[in-house]
Amino acid sequence: MPNFIPVLPEIFLLSMTCLILVADLYLGKDRKGIVYLLTQVTLVVTAIIVWAVKSTEKEVVMWGQFVNDPMSTLLNVFICLCAAIVFIYSKDYLEDREMNKGEYYVLGLFAILGMMVMVSAHTMLSVYMGLELLSLSMYAMVAFNRDNAASSEAAVKYFVLGAIASSMLLYGMSLIYGVTGSLNLAEIAQALTQPQELPTILSLGVVFIVVGIAFKLGAVPFHMWVPDVYQGAPTAVTLFIGSVPKIAAFALVMRLLVDGMSALATDWQPMLMLLVVASVAIGNVVAIAQTNIKRMLAYSTISHIGFLLLGVIAANEAGYSASMFYTIVYTLMTMGVFGLLLILSRKGFEAENINDLKGLNDRNPWYALLMLILMFSMAGVPPTVGFYAKFAVLQAVINEGFVWLAIVAVLFSVIGAFYYLRIIKMMYFDAPEDTSEISVKLDTHVVFSLNGLVILMLGLFPEKLIIWCQNSIGIG
Amino acid sequence: MIGLQEYLIVGALLFSIGVAGIFLNRKNVIIILMCIELMLLAVNTNFIAFSQALNDSAGQIFVFFILTVAAAEAAIGLAILIVLFRNLKTVDVSEIDALKG
Repeated sequence: MPNFIPVLPEIFLLSMTCLILVADLYLGKDRKGIVYLLTQVTLVVTAIIVWAVKSTEKEVVMWGQFVNDPMSTLLNVFICLCAAIVFIYSKDYLEDREMNKGEYYVLGLFAILGMMVMVSAHTMLSVYMGLELLSLSMYAMVAFNRDNAASSEAAVKYFVLGAIASSMLLYGMSLIYGVTGSLNLAEIAQALTQPQELPTILSLGVVFIVVGIAFKLGAVPFHMWVPDVYQGAPTAVTLFIGSVPKIAAFALVMRLLVDGMSALATDWQPMLMLLVVASVAIGNVVAIAQTNIKRMLAYSTISHIGFLLLGVIAANEAGYSASMFYTIVYTLMTMGVFGLLLILSRKGFEAENINDLKGLNDRNPWYALLMLILMFSMAGVPPTVGFYAKFAVLQAVINEGFVWLAIVAVLFSVIGAFYYLRIIKMMYFDAPEDTSEISVKLDTHVVFSLNGLVILMLGLFPEKLIIWCQNSIGIG
Repeated sequence: MIGLQEYLIVGALLFSIGVAGIFLNRKNVIIILMCIELMLLAVNTNFIAFSQALNDSAGQIFVFFILTVAAAEAAIGLAILIVLFRNLKTVDVSEIDALKG
């Protein structure tokens, strides 16, 4: 009898998702609130189960397919809770546009299941299955607004590039499998410690895997889809795509490059460096030229992805935990920023341009203050948590001797600070173009306030989360 | 005797044709879907060849999963394409360019 206990969160989430899918069919149009409630309960309970089955050791079950370790616990808890917050933000937006259908939540839950499988993957097969479950759900979510041309165009672009990325990743996996003779990440790591007969094929496999990962992360030069998808998708979907999957993407990097191929670090380090330099440069510079705020945030994402990979380049535990901290902080910040865009949008109006934020301070000083905190955090200004996140990854690479890399990253993030500060200037010193009342439901208001305050609190007291990240990687 | 090497060369060729097809094609999104399918099949060839050479069945099992996922992927891809066609009345690659910057 195999041990099913560590897989309980995934099993529960899957059963509940299927249940919600069926329940949605039988619930009338006026009772869609039940689907939403069930989704939220599912996510919270899943997070609790993840916490309940946590283990301090590496626990490999399901014939080597699945691993339950401190890293998977931490990431899965954040995935579930962040997704719950994302759904709170998006509910009113979807209701206003008559898109509050059960499919949105079901697709979201399947995507979350995919992320959780990816986070706990212990063979290349389960990495791939999780990744595809996540990607396929997200393609459908982008096309969710069926009558919108921009939305369907974004979905086609996302689909084509995502499918290319999966193929690249798979081709790399097949080469690695051929050389090492195993799909199991631990066995691959074991095989790679011995000298290999076919180093060229091995390197080729690593190249394909890194390209596949870079596509999925949206690192330059494989970033073409990010701005289009962010702009074209309905804002609620952009919020989802821009936040939670980044945690899973970090897990993808950790599982494949670190758990599986840490022996080949000297092969993938230079490739990641190239990605990092290109990402922070292009992301920050091109973002300045954008007038659409969703597109601007897409380029900002690209530059943040560069920082996220920076910690992985250090190729030691300190670097990985710094990257993990960065990923979690980044997810929290993005949720806040897109949350504000959802709050500013209303029936028949999309807050999409940077000008829509003009004079926010006159319209609602509290939201302007929270947005100020979020923007400072994105730019990396102390005492917000964004500063500590950047500080930690930079420290990790400097300790490994890559000082030039840290200098490049800092230089470009100073350039990047311009477009974050421009938004603050617009909020506080420009006259509002649109003076209509901002109407918000209480739950969104509370969650957005908490989101902004958490960024500030984590900035003042970051130790807890830093130590938690370090423990989950295995130091401290 | 056809050995591992020959199969890998076929796999690499198929994969390259798929990639080239996607980037050279300027006409039709459906051709892109076909190229994606070709890339996945190239991967399958690779996996089966390695699996045979290593005498390990895991690779062949992976192929079953890839085939299944490829079917799901094609279904979603075509569904998105139909949505696109309803909105734009075209599936021409060069006309899908409203989003840029």
